[in-house]
Amino acid sequence: MSSQADITLSINGRDYPIRVEPRRTLADAIREECGQTGTHIGCEHGVCGACTVIVDGEPVRSCLMFAVQAAGKAIRTVEGLANGDEMHPMQRAFMEHHGLQCGFCTPGFLMLAVGVLEREPDISDEDLLDILSSNLCRCTGYQNIIKAVRAAATAMRLP
Amino acid sequence: MTAHTKGSGTTWVGRSIRRLEDPALVTGRGRFTADLTATHWVRFVRSAVAAGRIETITAPPGTSIITAADLKALKPIRPMLHKFNYVPVGQPILADGVVRFTGEPIAAVFAAAKDEAEDLSDQVEVDITETAALVDGRDALADGAPLVHSEAAGNVIVEGEITTPGFGDVWKSAHHVIRVDARSYRQNATPMEARAGHAVYDAATGRVTLTCTTQMPHLTRTAIADIIGMPEHDLRVVAPDVGGGFGQKMSLAPEYVLLVWLARRLRSSVAWTEDRRENLIAAFHSRDQHVELEGAFDKNAKLIALSADIVANIGAYSCFPTTCGVEPLMALAELPGPYDVQAYHCRSRGVLTHTCPMAPYRGVSRPVITFVLERLMDKAAAAFGIEPTEIRRRNLIDSFPYTSATGLVFDDGTYQQTMEMAIKAIDLASFRRRQNQARDRGRYLGIGFATFSERTGYGSPAFAARGMEITPGWETVNLTIDPSGFVEARIGSSPHGQGLRTTLAQIIADEIGIDPQHIKIVHGDTDRAPYGWGTFASRSLVICGGASLLAARKMRAKLLRIASHLLEASLGDIQLKAGSAQVIGTDRAIPIAALARAAYHQTHIFKGDIEPGLSETGSYDPPGTFSNACHVAVVDVDVETGRVAVEKFLVAEDAGLIINPMIADGQVHGGVAQGIGNALLEEIIYDETGNILTSTLADFLPPTAREIPPIELHHIETLTGNSITKAKGLGEGGAIGAPAAVINALNDALSPFGVSIDEMPATPQRIRAALRDSGKAP
Repeated sequence: MSSQADITLSINGRDYPIRVEPRRTLADAIREECGQTGTHIGCEHGVCGACTVIVDGEPVRSCLMFAVQAAGKAIRTVEGLANGDEMHPMQRAFMEHHGLQCGFCTPGFLMLAVGVLEREPDISDEDLLDILSSNLCRCTGYQNIIKAVRAAATAMRLP
Repeated sequence: MTAHTKGSGTTWVGRSIRRLEDPALVTGRGRFTADLTATHWVRFVRSAVAAGRIETITAPPGTSIITAADLKALKPIRPMLHKFNYVPVGQPILADGVVRFTGEPIAAVFAAAKDEAEDLSDQVEVDITETAALVDGRDALADGAPLVHSEAAGNVIVEGEITTPGFGDVWKSAHHVIRVDARSYRQNATPMEARAGHAVYDAATGRVTLTCTTQMPHLTRTAIADIIGMPEHDLRVVAPDVGGGFGQKMSLAPEYVLLVWLARRLRSSVAWTEDRRENLIAAFHSRDQHVELEGAFDKNAKLIALSADIVANIGAYSCFPTTCGVEPLMALAELPGPYDVQAYHCRSRGVLTHTCPMAPYRGVSRPVITFVLERLMDKAAAAFGIEPTEIRRRNLIDSFPYTSATGLVFDDGTYQQTMEMAIKAIDLASFRRRQNQARDRGRYLGIGFATFSERTGYGSPAFAARGMEITPGWETVNLTIDPSGFVEARIGSSPHGQGLRTTLAQIIADEIGIDPQHIKIVHGDTDRAPYGWGTFASRSLVICGGASLLAARKMRAKLLRIASHLLEASLGDIQLKAGSAQVIGTDRAIPIAALARAAYHQTHIFKGDIEPGLSETGSYDPPGTFSNACHVAVVDVDVETGRVAVEKFLVAEDAGLIINPMIADGQVHGGVAQGIGNALLEEIIYDETGNILTSTLADFLPPTAREIPPIELHHIETLTGNSITKAKGLGEGGAIGAPAAVINALNDALSPFGVSIDEMPATPQRIRAALRDSGKAP
């Protein structure tokens, strides 16, 4: 048995003291040790982006990060986007513009888009398209994801 | 009957209401199979070679391992077809003595943790004596080729042939014969959620609940019960949220059988989550076909005869329930497409090879045959010196019902009209000017059209015509209003992204006067839903929607009778609206919830006139209906690198009455994106030994937002008599037309070089090879 590390993950403002092997990915730790299953795993090799979460303000693929690397950092997942019953503008925009079908890639897209727009609220349409091409969706053909993220960008800029 | 006044707000049908599925999915509260935990985690040991004899399987001491030797009591997966010289072959749940494709499960290892099982599986040594592997369908037909299954001589597992009477004479009268030798390479549907299963044994009842990522829960239950030899009522199959399927999840996975068997043996819970590599190599593949097509035209460019020879590489086993006949036989029946041609010859064979089994994938065969037929039409147009649209104008069917050379009956459609609509919207004349100007500057733009039909919502006779032992077709809906007034529709379909909870609720809402928000659609649980076939083949809105409408009409009739008693008004004077039964033109009304309470708790009022309770069932088995569309792609080809950029994509389609325009558009968008990926990017590549070279998403390339252009949609709504909701299916059309439009477009762009790219995907390598061979390119 490999050695274990005792770490604390901070997810959506709550601390999760967990014991993991050093090789444990952040994605697995979030889902299994911390029970937050809204973050999905689509490829485990950093291509599809379904597992995207925000770590210290940056969208990251949680399958490419070890849990131990995220210890002490502020992790945000899809479960933390809404404020109680009030959904985040990005969540509302995805529903309004039909930016999801099966919903499997959706948490990753939401976290990617929120992370980027918080950092760059005035991102150009062209740069936004580049960012959104980081993640894969097999249902929507991206049309309505792009529409939804642009609409949410506007909503997030409003005071 | 409620008037369908689209967009007026007087009916729910026709309105883009928000999806009822979405709140859970955008907040991380969706429930997918891999979210469940288990006592035991399973990892499959898979064959590293394509063909060979298993000599020994050695695991580290103490490893919990299951091999074929433990499964002697299980039957193989052995779907049946009673026509077309089909040779039934069995697929063992775990490879038994021989392996037939890279990735075939050989053993199952289980442990208390997922990574522990994975570590153990890596330490299992399988000694295999390799034998010659067949990878290509045509090679498998060669004299002396090794046999994948000894019972299938010449490796042909299914063969259909049609020659219409008088075919030879028509052929001889041809003015011009055009030929296409086309290849569609192997692809993988690649749902974003790979497969996963979780089986838990209940010691109190002896039952097992299998939760898995399936498109057809009931048939999964029947199949596994048959294979294991257990009573079907001891198995419950649940499809929770399913992360896309596109056909890959409608065929039975042997892995699920193993999970149920193991849960019963251990009297515990077991789970398996497929990783992406397993999905790419060992879930199902599709689209691997050679098609040789010849078209005979008269002097006016009218197609008078078609002749085809199709070889579909179906892999190592036949998928359950459709059988591997699904691709070659659909090609046989539907190849003539939307064109008026009555002389037809076709031979279509399904051929066994040492590759991953083939199964349905969005469009099933039609993306391939449409691509080949549309290449033929474009090549013919060039030979006659006319626009590709002009040759289609002369050949598209335009009078209905139209009976095809293979006996298919096309209901009302708009083949010509959608094309004219597309030509106008894309402004073909101005594109040609822009194309010429660009060429002068050394830039190669092209436009491609695809006109096609999409056979949807077909009932059991269509499957029976194929000789299938299992003939899906009908659906049943059980609609219940409980004593508290809550409405629940239990359905046999099993949606996984299509928004059916919303669209069915819209259909039911219009009948019973209750807001769709208050209608709960229950699906994907064999304990709660009536037996049904699931969601595939663009069938659910037509068939399950029809069954929903029939059940809702019965419910409406009963509610009106109850209201008539309680309001002391005649039936014709009552309307159901906004949650109430109202006497028209008065202020007398009673909430539907009160009618429901009376139906259960106050039945003495009805003096035996009305049966107690509120539960109505509708079943629907329709004749089938054809949607149609014209797709247009505009591309920019870089002749130095072979890169194709799709600038614009336009769809003019007719899928009958649109229940929810927002959802319908989303289905077309997604299909088109898959079609663009199929046309340009996605390919499962085997080397000559049968090893897969494309086992990650960095090698097998679904398109990203960068590769998909803006998609412009136009609709015509032809109301068909072949569907009681007037809706036709449209789940597959996007994927059917897009490859043909894109490949025609890139060939149009490259017309100055005299090349014809008749392969899909048309990768940069293939385009560059063709340009180099032309001797005219840089």
